[in-house]
Amino acid sequence: MKKILAILESTKLDNRVRLGIMSVLVVNDWVEFKRLKETLELSDGNLASHLKVLEREKYIEIKKQFVGRKPQTTYQVTALGRTAFENHLNALEALIKRKDG
Amino acid sequence: MESRKNPSETLDEIRSLMERSSRFISLSGLSGVVAGLFAIIGATLVYIYLDMTPFDGKRLYYVEAIHSTKWGMNYITFFLLDVAFILIGAITGGIFFTTRKAKQKGQKIWDALSQRLLINLFVPLATGGIFCLGLFYHGFFGFLAPTTLVFYGLALVNASKYTLNDIRNLGYCEIILGLLSLFFLGYGLEVWVVGFGILHIIYGSLMYWKYERT
Repeated sequence: MKKILAILESTKLDNRVRLGIMSVLVVNDWVEFKRLKETLELSDGNLASHLKVLEREKYIEIKKQFVGRKPQTTYQVTALGRTAFENHLNALEALIKRKDG
Repeated sequence: MESRKNPSETLDEIRSLMERSSRFISLSGLSGVVAGLFAIIGATLVYIYLDMTPFDGKRLYYVEAIHSTKWGMNYITFFLLDVAFILIGAITGGIFFTTRKAKQKGQKIWDALSQRLLINLFVPLATGGIFCLGLFYHGFFGFLAPTTLVFYGLALVNASKYTLNDIRNLGYCEIILGLLSLFFLGYGLEVWVVGFGILHIIYGSLMYWKYERT
C-alpha cells in the first residue's frame, strides 16, 4: 500500500489538473494552449502554472511559433511523460484492486 | 491531494478526457436514422416515377428514365430534385441531431475534432464522387451503385478513427455490399436502398440504443 502511494506521489501527477493535461496530451499531437484551456475548463493562470510544473519534470515539450501575427504555444508529451502517466494509471488501478480485494 | 479521494473516479475522469479530447463523440444515431429514411423515400420516388417495382426483372433504369415524363418532368429534372431532396433532408437531420447531442455532452460542434473528422470523411468521399463523375461521363452507369458504396464505406472506415469506433463496422458493411453488387450488376437502386437506407437505419438505431438512450 505504501509503495503504491509512493509511486502516485513520485510521478508528480497526483493532481487533478496535471493529470487532466497529461490525459489530453497522450492522445493528441501538439495541442494548443487554448484547446487545453477549453477542454479542461481552466483559467489561463491555473493552466499555465501546472504546465510549468510538467515542463520542469520534462514530461512535456513546448513549441512557440507565430501563426500570422499571433503567437501560438503548443504542447506535446515526452517519452518520459508518457511513462510517468502510465505508471500513475497502473498505481491507481493497483489501489482500486486492493480496495476491492 | 485531490485525486487521491477516489481512484476509480479519477480513472473515469481520465478516460472521459482522453476520449472527449481526441474523438468527436457527439455524432447522433438519430442522424443515421433520418439519413436512412430520406434515402428510402428518395428511392421510392424513383420507383414511382419509373413505374417500377424492386427486383423488376433487371430492367435498366436509365433506359426507362429517358422515356418517362411523369409529373411533367423529364428525368434529369426529376433526378436532380430527388437527389437534392435526399441530401438536404439527410444533412439537415444530421446537423440537427448532432448539434443537440453535442449540447448535451458539452462538446463543441465546430472545433479541431469535428474538422478532422470531416476532412477524413471527405477525402475518400470526394475521390469517390469524382470517380463516379468519370464513370458517368464514359457511360458506365451500372458501376455507379457499387462504386458509391465502396467509396462511402472506405470514407467511414477512415473517419471512424476520429469518432465513435462503431462507424468502422458500418463502413465494412458498405464495402462488402458494394463489392457484392459489382458482381450482380443491375440491382443498383435496390443495393442503394439497402446500403444508404436500411443499413443507416439499423446502425443509427443501434448507436442510439447504445449511447443515447437515457
